[in-house]
Amino acid sequence: MDKLIIDNKEYSSRLILGTGKYKNFEETKSALEASGCEMVTVAIRRMNIGQDQNEKNLLDYVSPDVYTILPNTAGCYTAEEAVRTCELAEELLNGEKLVKLEVLSKSETLYPNTIETIKAAEMLVKDNFKVMVYTTDDPIVAKELENIGCECVMPLGSAIGSGIGIINEYNIREIIENASIPIIVDAGVGTASDACIAMELGCDGVLMNTAIACAKDPILMAEAMKHSVIAGRQALKAGRIKKKRLGSPSSPNSGLVTSD
Amino acid sequence: MNILLNNKPETIFDGSTVKKLLKHKNIQNKYFAVEINQKIIPKSDHGTHLIKDGDKIEIITAIGGG
Repeated sequence: MDKLIIDNKEYSSRLILGTGKYKNFEETKSALEASGCEMVTVAIRRMNIGQDQNEKNLLDYVSPDVYTILPNTAGCYTAEEAVRTCELAEELLNGEKLVKLEVLSKSETLYPNTIETIKAAEMLVKDNFKVMVYTTDDPIVAKELENIGCECVMPLGSAIGSGIGIINEYNIREIIENASIPIIVDAGVGTASDACIAMELGCDGVLMNTAIACAKDPILMAEAMKHSVIAGRQALKAGRIKKKRLGSPSSPNSGLVTSD
Repeated sequence: MNILLNNKPETIFDGSTVKKLLKHKNIQNKYFAVEINQKIIPKSDHGTHLIKDGDKIEIITAIGGG
């Protein structure tokens, strides 16, 4: 049927969720379940050693047996840092090669550093990593990342955590039309309609975190996002009508009961 | 001997292996990776890899992120 395929694996859900910013692991787990997602991103960080010995780990709640775990390189500002993080993630996840590459430029905007991103993508692909790469909405850079051999390209809708939505629909559409690998909008989604627009534009999926984790009711928002991604995909497949400047009646003009 | 563990100074017994260090630190979490002086030490080597004085050891795990 209409499945998303990444690294030779089929996904029924086209929604990918981040696991940051939730109140606790229970809330994370509930939101993921409500969203119906099958792939989740995680960050790679130093372990908190010597504190509570019974302290639970995120992966005790978000099991790699249930979800595809997509380790990210968030917080990396150079290609070398990003590659090192991916290698650590591979060891942590017992040889899994699927990663989300992101190399940032500066902490204020969190805008991708495309030069370092391309460098890192080349190094990772050479080392057989399956790279899902976060980048700008520049169609040239997106195509370059595809040519390098990335598994999918993930242009931003707008800045990470901004909630502004997709600021350049034309670029996203251009990226999609020129791609032969999945295109997933990553970052910028604020509410359900943003995700729906991404899917109506023809994106293969949407990745989000803050819009759900920081909503007043994250579980309800997760469910809303699930529906919006499905609705957007269905609308794309159904084919929208052309926009017209003037009105066109939905009811027939003939057989009208008039005074004549 | 003295090591740097996750950027904090530590003193451990001479002749410690990675496995002994993990046990000493009571790391029971099954999702982690170990790096010494920026070189990953595979899990299969934890029992034999000897820690040296001055080693910079990183133990990392997965946390919430987007």
